[in-house]
Parts: sequence; C-alpha cells; structure tokens
Amino acid sequence: MTTDEATLTSARARPALWRDAKIRGIAYQVVFVAAVAGFIALIVHNAIANIGRQNIATGFGFLHREAAFGIGESLIEYSPADTYARALLVGLTNTLHVAALGIVLATILGTLMGLARLSSNWLVAKLARVYVEIFRNIPLALQLFFWWGLLDKMAPGPRQAWQILPDVFVSNRGIIYPVPLSNPAYKWVVAALGIGVVAAIGLHRWAKRCQAATGRQFPTGWVALALIIGLPAAVFLGFGAPARLDVPVLKGFNFSGGDAVSPEFAALLIGLVVYTGTFICEIVRAGILAVNWGQSEAAMALGLRSSQRMRLVVLPQALRVIVPPLTSQYLGLTKASSLAVIIGFPDLVSVANTTMNQTGQAIEGITVIMAVYLSLSLAISLAMNVYNRAVALVER
Amino acid sequence: MSDARTVPMIELQSVNKWYGEFQVLKNIDLQVGKGEKVVVCGPSGSGKSTMIRCINRLEEHQRGRIIVAGIELTSDLKNIEAIRREVGMVFQQFNLFPHLTVLQNLTLAPIWVRKLPKKEAEEAARYYLGRVRIPDQADKYPGQLSGGQQQRVAIARSLCMKPEIMLFDEPTSALDPEMIKEVLDVMIELANEGMTMVCVTHEMGFARTVADMMVFMDKGEIVERAAPKDFFAAPKNERTKAFLSQILAH
Ligand SMILES: Nc1ncnc2c1ncn2[C@@H]1O[C@H](COP(=O)(O)OP(=O)(O)OP(=O)(O)O)[C@@H](O)[C@H]1O
Ligand SMILES: [Mg+2]
Repeated sequence: MTTDEATLTSARARPALWRDAKIRGIAYQVVFVAAVAGFIALIVHNAIANIGRQNIATGFGFLHREAAFGIGESLIEYSPADTYARALLVGLTNTLHVAALGIVLATILGTLMGLARLSSNWLVAKLARVYVEIFRNIPLALQLFFWWGLLDKMAPGPRQAWQILPDVFVSNRGIIYPVPLSNPAYKWVVAALGIGVVAAIGLHRWAKRCQAATGRQFPTGWVALALIIGLPAAVFLGFGAPARLDVPVLKGFNFSGGDAVSPEFAALLIGLVVYTGTFICEIVRAGILAVNWGQSEAAMALGLRSSQRMRLVVLPQALRVIVPPLTSQYLGLTKASSLAVIIGFPDLVSVANTTMNQTGQAIEGITVIMAVYLSLSLAISLAMNVYNRAVALVER
Repeated sequence: MSDARTVPMIELQSVNKWYGEFQVLKNIDLQVGKGEKVVVCGPSGSGKSTMIRCINRLEEHQRGRIIVAGIELTSDLKNIEAIRREVGMVFQQFNLFPHLTVLQNLTLAPIWVRKLPKKEAEEAARYYLGRVRIPDQADKYPGQLSGGQQQRVAIARSLCMKPEIMLFDEPTSALDPEMIKEVLDVMIELANEGMTMVCVTHEMGFARTVADMMVFMDKGEIVERAAPKDFFAAPKNERTKAFLSQILAH
C-alpha cells in the first residue's frame, strides 16, 4: 500500500531529463565549474610561459631573503636587515591595527549618528544628516588625501603645532599626546579594573537572578559603573595618585616625551572611520525605523518606559536588520584600508608592493595579499554570522 | 463606595485635538463609570481611534481635560506611566512582540513594570492564557499562531497587567470571520466580569450584548449617545440613522 503510493509519486515526479529542475541545476553547475577551471588553466599556462621567457624566479623562497628596506612605522620590532616575511608581517599588523580600531570607532560613530538622525531635536538631526550627505558622497580616496593633506602638508612644524587639547599637539610629525609615566601603582590599578569588571559581571548575574526570584530591580548599570570606575580610582588614590604624565614638550625642532601617531596612520584611520560611519549611521537608522511603530505603541500601552521600550522591544528587533549589512561594512572597511598605499601608510598592500618591486615576484606577492584579505574577510564574516545567529528571529 | 457605577474611571471634558489645521476631535465629553462598557462606532476617519488613544496618551490632546482612574493626563511622565499601568489596550494589528515567545510577551510588562518575580509572572500568564482558551501555546512565537489566537494573546498580555480599564480599537477588523467569534467570546466574558471597557467596533451583535452605552462619532464629534436598545431601535440623529442602516444592511 505505502510502497504503491511511493512508486506512484516517484513515477509522477519523473519528467523528461531536460525538463527536470534538479538535473538542470546540476548540469548548469557542471558547465559553470568547467568554464571557470578552463579559464584558470589558461591564465596559469600563460603566466608560466611568460615567466619562463623573462627568467623570473618563482616560488616563495624570497620570503627568507633580506628585505633591505625600511618601514615608517611598526607595532613589532623591525629593521631593514629582517626578512621579507618579517616585513610583510609588519604590514599585516599595521593593517589589522587600523582595521580593528576603525571597525570599533566607526561602529560607535555610526550608531551615535544614526540615533542622532532619529532625534526629535531638529538641530541634532540636521547636523547628522549633513554629516552623512557630505562624507558618504565623496570618494574615500579623495577623503584620505584630504585628511592626509591636512595632517601632513597643511599642519605646521612642531614649533607652531596646533594644540587641540591640553598637551595634545597636531603637527606634520603626527598627533602627539601625553601618556602616563610608568609607575608600579598602575599594575595595581589595572588589577583593580579587572576585579571591578568581574565584580560587575557577577553583580549583573546576581541582579538578574534576584529579579527573577523577587521581582526587585537593582540599578545594575550605575553600581557596575561605580565598581568599574570606582575600584581602580580608589587604588589609584590609595597610592597617592601618582598622576605623573609623560607630557610632550618642544625640544629644539621636535617634541620629546609623550607618544605619537603618524600623520599617515591618523589620516587613514580618520578617513576610514568617518566614511564607514556614514553607512553604519544609515544602517542603524534604517534598522530602528524598520521596527513597526505599533511595537513601540504596544510597549507604551503596557507601561514600559522609553529606555525599556528601546532595550526590550525595539533594539532586539532592529539588530536583526542591522547585523547583516553591518558585516558588509566591516568587510568594506578592512578591504578599504588597503588604500593606505596612496598616502604612504605601510599596510600590507604597501609593503607587498615594495616587495614585488624589489623581487619582481608579482604573482607571489599578489597571492599573499589575496590570501590574507580572503582569510580576514572570512574571519569577520564568520564572527558576524555567529553573532547574527544569536540575534536572529525564530519567529516562524 | 456607594454605587460603583457613579465612580468615574474615565472622564473627558471638552477635549479638542488638531492635526495641523485639521481638527480631529471637537469638544469631546465622555464619562465612563467603573465597570461600565462603552461601544464607540462611526464612519471611517471620524476620530474614534484618536479619541481612545488619547485616553492612554498614545495621542496628545491639545485642549480640555482627561482624567483616568483619578489621575489627570498632563505632560507629566509620572502620571502618564501611572495611567498606562492601569489601562490595557488591544490593537487592530495585535502588535505582539515577534522576537518573544507567547509566554515572554505576557510576562514582559509584569516583570519590568509591575516588578513581579518571574515565577509569579509566569503563573499569572499561564492563568490568563487559559482564560483566553489557548493554554497550550505558551512556548510558541506569535508568528506561529493564527490571527484569532494572536489577538487573544494580545488580550491576555494586557490582562496580565491587571488593568482597571481595557481599551479596544477595532480588535476584530483584521480577522477572518471564523476567528471573530473566538475573540468576541473572550471579550464578552471579560465584560461580564465587570471590567471597565471602551471598545471601538462595528460588531453590532457584540455591542447589543455588552454595551451600557453606545457612542456614535462623526467628523470628530460625538453625535449621539444612548443605551443600546434606544440606539438601535430609535436613533435620533440623521447621521446615526444613515450609518446604522448602512452597517446593519450586511
Ligand atoms: N498622524 C496624523 N496626522 C494627520 N492626520 C491624522 C493622523 N492620524 C489620523 N489623522 C486623521 O484624523 C482623522 C481621524 O482618524 P482616526 O484614526 O481617529 O479615525 P477612525 O475613526 O479611527 O477611523 P477608522 O474607522 O478608519 O479607524 C482622520 O481623518 C485621519 O486622516
Ligand atoms: Mg481607527
């Protein structure tokens, strides 16, 4: 009986081969893969023939040779006597440095601007709108030249440096700012900060359980803030507040003391953040607007306060709309950081460029760049997908 | 507490509201006593929704006074919050929270506004789910329910706040005919238990059964108000007559 039915349905579901959607699908894929493979084979063959004719070395052996070129700034130890591999690693860390900082800052800026655009305050909303319209519509490369020109070309020498904040100077040597002088007390302050954070997390857990059990709401936010800021502050004061800063002071033709970021790094970071921030702003705004006003009204009618409405009803629904396009922005920012090459910041592409010029091994250089950006992008996608799944709607 | 009906739960005194130049509400006077049921009807655009949304401040009135459960509605957030705690509202579009399960929909406000322990809130939620006759859907998401079930969840969600007053804005207009009855049955039961209710609806059968007073609105005004038997048998105003003959025709 059941087998009868099964044969019957399978007989019905067996049209002519060329009309079967499944078989067609497979056929298209086979043809596509074959075409791509053929194209790649052609290119590889061509490249090998050309390289053979021009007597260029192949393989990644060059990575172990001495790079013999300097790199303007580096997070890790580097000298021209190091290998090409080391030089490329310097480029990679610089790329990661600017991309990671850029993602965090662009998210903060974009979110604030997105909320500002929705503000009922006319001036705030308009200013945010102007920001978006200006910086979204100018090509990023142009903006990078602008910031770089401002920081490197227009900025005065150290002697006439612009003081933008107390003890923070902008000159053509970069942005120079004070840093705390090292002191044994700081170790304890950092430890206190760690304890404060752990205590705050514990408190949050406890407050949640307490609310579930008794309904009493604990002002977790404020107490946590007090713990995280107060504990280190208490330790700091306990050590007699050793607030000695290493303040930059003009000595001769340059500043000594403090710490500095180069005009190139600052220009690249500002450019990436300001540009990507406009898109994130629009994404955040669209995400919040995508949540039906009826949801807010229902929450209001239930007596939830505006902060509770945002946190418990609107944001959880907005995040689902926000996260996927946010991922593209993070990827975009990371890839756009390769524009560093046009203002001379030694990111991966810039270093690889120099490497290729010196060794002539363009294919290997490009391969390295592509492999790195591909892995970076995949890593970001993966992380964001995990996050997305956590906030995704179960709904139906 | 002499006669419960004399205690006004909702009082609107010459309430006026404008959208720009356009006047939506014109000198609305309305008193609803404790346990009283008022059914509001009228043609589309006559200001019915606007009026009941003023009662819990989803809309702001510009002139006149609104006093709910003894608290006057002003721009004072504390008063607004206090009133919203006492007033439940059911919308035409249900407006359930799609990211929360049915149970979480029901416990959200009791936990965050009434500050109930989770367990207590869940017990109450399950009780009200039983009352609206869907005790076994607690762990589903709103999107997995039929329209009639969603609207009943919405009613239960409001009831979980133990409101003194329930407002309904065309609760059955978005429903298929076979689901309308299941929602109306729940509302009738609620009415029989003495809940103070203001309903905007065109379900005249329901109005006849539960209403203490019928209110007919047109062009932002209350044109006629009467007990249901007088309202349906002998409407005084021409506009009411025209409206009733139209709506009772089908
Ligand atoms: N936000 C608004 N801005 C401008 N006009 C509005 C707004 N909301 C409602 N109106 C107008 O106010 C009038 C009353 O609207 P309301 O929604 O109260 O009518 P209603 O009686 O509930 O109609 P319906 O039966 O169609 O729901 C309508 O003419 C409508 O166009
Ligand atoms: Mg309406």
